[in-house]
Amino acid sequence: MSSALLSVENAVVDLPTPRGNLRAVDHVDLAVGAGRTLGIVGESGCGKTMLSRAILQLLPKKAKLSGRVMFDGQDLTRLPAEKLRKLRGRSLAVVFQDPMTSLNPVLTIGTQLIETIQEHLELDLAQARQRSIELLAAVGIPAPEQRLAQYPHQLSGGMRQRVAIAVALSCEPQLLIADEPTTALDVTIQAQILDLLAREQQRRHMAMIIITHDLGVVAGRTDEVAVMYAGRVVERAPTPALFKQMRMPYTEALLAALPKLDVAPHTPLPAISGRPPDPTRPLKGCSFSPRCRYSAERCGTEKPQLSTAETPEHLYACFHPIAARVGA
Amino acid sequence: MATLELSLDESSAAPARRKRRIGTLFWLAVGWTVVVFAVAILADLLPLPSPTDMDMLERRGTFSAEHWLGTDGLGRDELSRLIYGARISLIVGLCAPMIGVTIGGALGMLAGYFRGRFESIVVGSMDVLLAFPPLILALAVTAYLGQSIFNLTCILGVLGIPAFMRVARAATLTLARREFVIAAQALGATHTRILLRELLPNVLLPLLAFFLLGVAVTIVVEGSLSFLGLGVPPPISSWGSMIGEGRESLDVAPRLAFIPAAAMFLTVLAFNLIGDTMRALTDPRQGAL
Repeated sequence: MSSALLSVENAVVDLPTPRGNLRAVDHVDLAVGAGRTLGIVGESGCGKTMLSRAILQLLPKKAKLSGRVMFDGQDLTRLPAEKLRKLRGRSLAVVFQDPMTSLNPVLTIGTQLIETIQEHLELDLAQARQRSIELLAAVGIPAPEQRLAQYPHQLSGGMRQRVAIAVALSCEPQLLIADEPTTALDVTIQAQILDLLAREQQRRHMAMIIITHDLGVVAGRTDEVAVMYAGRVVERAPTPALFKQMRMPYTEALLAALPKLDVAPHTPLPAISGRPPDPTRPLKGCSFSPRCRYSAERCGTEKPQLSTAETPEHLYACFHPIAARVGA
Repeated sequence: MATLELSLDESSAAPARRKRRIGTLFWLAVGWTVVVFAVAILADLLPLPSPTDMDMLERRGTFSAEHWLGTDGLGRDELSRLIYGARISLIVGLCAPMIGVTIGGALGMLAGYFRGRFESIVVGSMDVLLAFPPLILALAVTAYLGQSIFNLTCILGVLGIPAFMRVARAATLTLARREFVIAAQALGATHTRILLRELLPNVLLPLLAFFLLGVAVTIVVEGSLSFLGLGVPPPISSWGSMIGEGRESLDVAPRLAFIPAAAMFLTVLAFNLIGDTMRALTDPRQGAL
């Protein structure tokens, strides 16, 4: 793990709220190597976005972060603001969920691209413009030169997300964080955008973190998957191993909740019953236990820690992992 | 080829969508404003009698070929005074809100973006300024610094700062939480760049619409102050002082008060109409995006 480009060590994010302290991210350990892809999966409100903001050091002002975020040998949590600013965009870039709001409505696409490029790279206007056109072409936008003069509202959602990706890629970042990059898009566009991200990642040899609530998104496109629940990583494994043999009942439930094409029409989806626990009132035991089909007495009193199964890469936090139960 | 066609389609469709029904009232308002600006700017070139030359034999004269709008209580040409008065009203009416929009806009954006203690100080001091009776402040300042157009503009400008600050801060507060600001931060933009390039173009639209309403209000306030004798020093004419002077002969020659009042009414109405239309044009666009 020492070769990792980014490693998050023991990260805790606390948000003070009127109802008490909200622990959005709870002792998370993650690592991504250069050129590798990590998927972070979990339902809404489980801390995925807070974790990505914590990596970028863009948490809300009131939030408290402890732990370390090591990027390329530097601890981002201790970096002075000016150094951090230079790192963002240049080495770390983000694609946000909703391209409707992540682009400035009153600036042209060209302005937004060119200014970002000039902020970090020493290029004159003509060179930056040329680079913008190349980037737009690279992300599959037809007639890129005309697009430079257009405003975001003149483009479709898929096109806008391509522009957002072009902006993020503009300075050749080493790590790209895609925070639900396809959630706001049509299903037909989703695959295109994900393929585009995968292609550009390969070409630029950058590391990528894909944050999503959709296990289907990470299935074929990531090297490793971390499943988050209530601010904690509850299962982490190389992608093939995870899908071959998932250990955590929550991962299984998430997968079961995906709509499938081969079941009869009007079959109810096996949704996960109940809601995630109130993050301001942490449970004593396993936070998934109230909703877990396999929950036993011990699950309500003791918190399971991440531990390994038969392979050292496969970690999970459960007293009653699925395979063990099947074997017993 | 298909892609080229697509882009052509979109570029031709874009201007058509921007066109909206604006109405003749808006164009009438624009027309009146243009006329008022034109005569005020070109006053020196127009073949007008001097606005300060008195003709004691022809006091309160009625409409004539020589004096189109008659003469006032001291025998000065009413039309000429009206046009030179428009100058004062427009200079004060435009410059004072300009002071307000610059200082108030900057303070409001900084307060809305940086929040924290700076915001508390700014909002607090603006509340103090709002709570201070404006007429007393105007009285105090003119008493100490003397009556002049410059002093009057400064007072009215300072009095306008809180309102512009509030508009700018409110717009910035909502915009600063939008994802594109976080996206800009995530791409390594400096605070200066975010404020000037990401936020300012967005805040400018509501500020500009409010600026036009501010012009209308300032013209009225300048008129009221001049009416009370706190405005521009005589013999310079302004619409407010003309109404004030006309008050003395309201029973004999009511037109001396009503003509400048009508000019002020139409001008303020025109600015309000333009400001309202502009706000209506900019608001839904902002909401849609």
